[in-house]
Amino acid sequence: MPRGNIVLAGAEERPLTSIGAYRDAGGYVQLAKARQMEPQQVIQEMLDSNVRGRGGAFFAAGRKASFIPRDSPKPVYLTVNADESEPGTFKDREIMLRVPHRLIEGCLIVAHAISSKHVFIYIRGEYLTEFEIIRAALDEARAADLLDGVTVVLHRGAGAYICGEETGLLESLEGKRGQPRSKPPFPAISGLYASPTLINNVETIATVPKILEIGGAEYAKIGPPDSTGTRVFSLSGNVVRGGNYELVNGTTLRELIYDIGGGIPDGRELKAIIPGGSSTPILTASEVDTQLDYDALAKAGTMFGSGAIVAIDDRCCMVQLGLRVAQFYMHESCGKCTPCRVGTRWMVQILHSIEDGSAHQGDLDLLLDVCDRILGKCLCPLGDAAAMPVASYVNRFRAEFQAHIDHGGCPFGGASSLENVFAPVDQHHHAPVAEETPV
Amino acid sequence: MIDEIREVAKQYPESRSAILPALRIAQERYGWLTREAFEQVAEALDVTPAYCMSVATFYDMFRLEPAGRHTIEVCTNISCALVGAQKTLEAFERELGVHPGETSADGEVTLRTVECYGGCGWGPVVAVDGRYHEPVKPDDVPGIVQGLRDA
Repeated sequence: MPRGNIVLAGAEERPLTSIGAYRDAGGYVQLAKARQMEPQQVIQEMLDSNVRGRGGAFFAAGRKASFIPRDSPKPVYLTVNADESEPGTFKDREIMLRVPHRLIEGCLIVAHAISSKHVFIYIRGEYLTEFEIIRAALDEARAADLLDGVTVVLHRGAGAYICGEETGLLESLEGKRGQPRSKPPFPAISGLYASPTLINNVETIATVPKILEIGGAEYAKIGPPDSTGTRVFSLSGNVVRGGNYELVNGTTLRELIYDIGGGIPDGRELKAIIPGGSSTPILTASEVDTQLDYDALAKAGTMFGSGAIVAIDDRCCMVQLGLRVAQFYMHESCGKCTPCRVGTRWMVQILHSIEDGSAHQGDLDLLLDVCDRILGKCLCPLGDAAAMPVASYVNRFRAEFQAHIDHGGCPFGGASSLENVFAPVDQHHHAPVAEETPV
Repeated sequence: MIDEIREVAKQYPESRSAILPALRIAQERYGWLTREAFEQVAEALDVTPAYCMSVATFYDMFRLEPAGRHTIEVCTNISCALVGAQKTLEAFERELGVHPGETSADGEVTLRTVECYGGCGWGPVVAVDGRYHEPVKPDDVPGIVQGLRDA
């Protein structure tokens, strides 16, 4: 299978953390080139490349940059989303640890493209070592006079998944609770401090130097037309060699899980695959030949998401998986929209009752109904991120859910790999979740 | 501390943007976010203590009650859970004699479970005073706790 060599290029053997090592690998040449180009030309290369946002929404990055007004009387901001928190995803962390200067070079190129003098890198608070490495790299870039009047502020989050949502991130960066805004207006028009703001994921930004190096048209020839280029795929779960692997889009799940990841350990069987982070609908083992690209995954009824693949073996109870995923989104719901705030809690209650054998016939349909009443009814996608995967577990493993109800408990009899996992939500709520009643 | 916070705030077009770094500075100073810590942050940034509390309560990394000198955080999200995070957590519970959310009797170590820390391919992930250990199996637990007690 084709290995990618774009975002992590040069860092295969050792991290390229020092500016000298990065320059030896061709670093900062594209920045100099970009600054000789008109900003619009840089955006044109991004448009030609058809590179799409690597944070999860997969929106065309060149188009997003082109939305920034050229004649704004207000300052224009570039904000890098390094608040990686989607369960299963750890690729941006690898990029920051191994090629911090590629992220900085990308920032400065994109800042030039939108004529911005102010860059904020919003890095999740838990990424302490990554913060230190980016800070050191920034100091080196500043000492080497590469910033050219652009201020780059490294801003640490403080533990809130929702701040990875772009308007939640902006609220947080303005010193508020990170509750998403209603759109429109979109950040390109009214973002940070009500000024035009472009927000891009770490991996998207780190791809831009290569796009300038080979040209957008040449980049567009890599991978399938709707999913050009590479992604740094995060592989985890029940697999022999978990880790980050940069691959050309269109690689199959089978190649990633078996050929690269070494397959399923302990002689177990693959049962299910989460293809794009915990918010994406699940695939069954029979769909392992699905390609990792936007169209193929959409056709399979799921999403490319954050490029995080979680392999799940036959020891896992799907009700427990649904419960743990729902607990996460309940914990991370910002509380602004009622369907998400109340609905995620209700999902957790129903899943608890299915798991412990106290659910009634009809509760499965009630669960699907609750999911349906969350989907598309909130300001941001967090509610959807809970409803979509859980509904997919019920739809694809309905017999397993039904068996819990019919037999009054978990058919795994305590042997599931997710048995009794202690979720943080149980730590913060002193009363058991099941005793709280939804409105 | 007020001067330190005001210095950080200069990086931002509006000083209120410095509230997360300011709360972090205050937490490091006081160990947790006491009433006095909120008052200091509020004064430095020209907002009210109540506003600072409303922000702090939104984020998981701020401590709103006294905590141990050290913190052990075990990720129990799906990727880590699939590869045995619960067994790792239970080993810490036995070693420390506490449940998640509690602090050991000697006041030294607070144990928590946390949502995905982004080390999924190398789980179970445990953060000890903010530094990741990947992976941590139950056998590794006594050594980690002893290391903190000796520190």
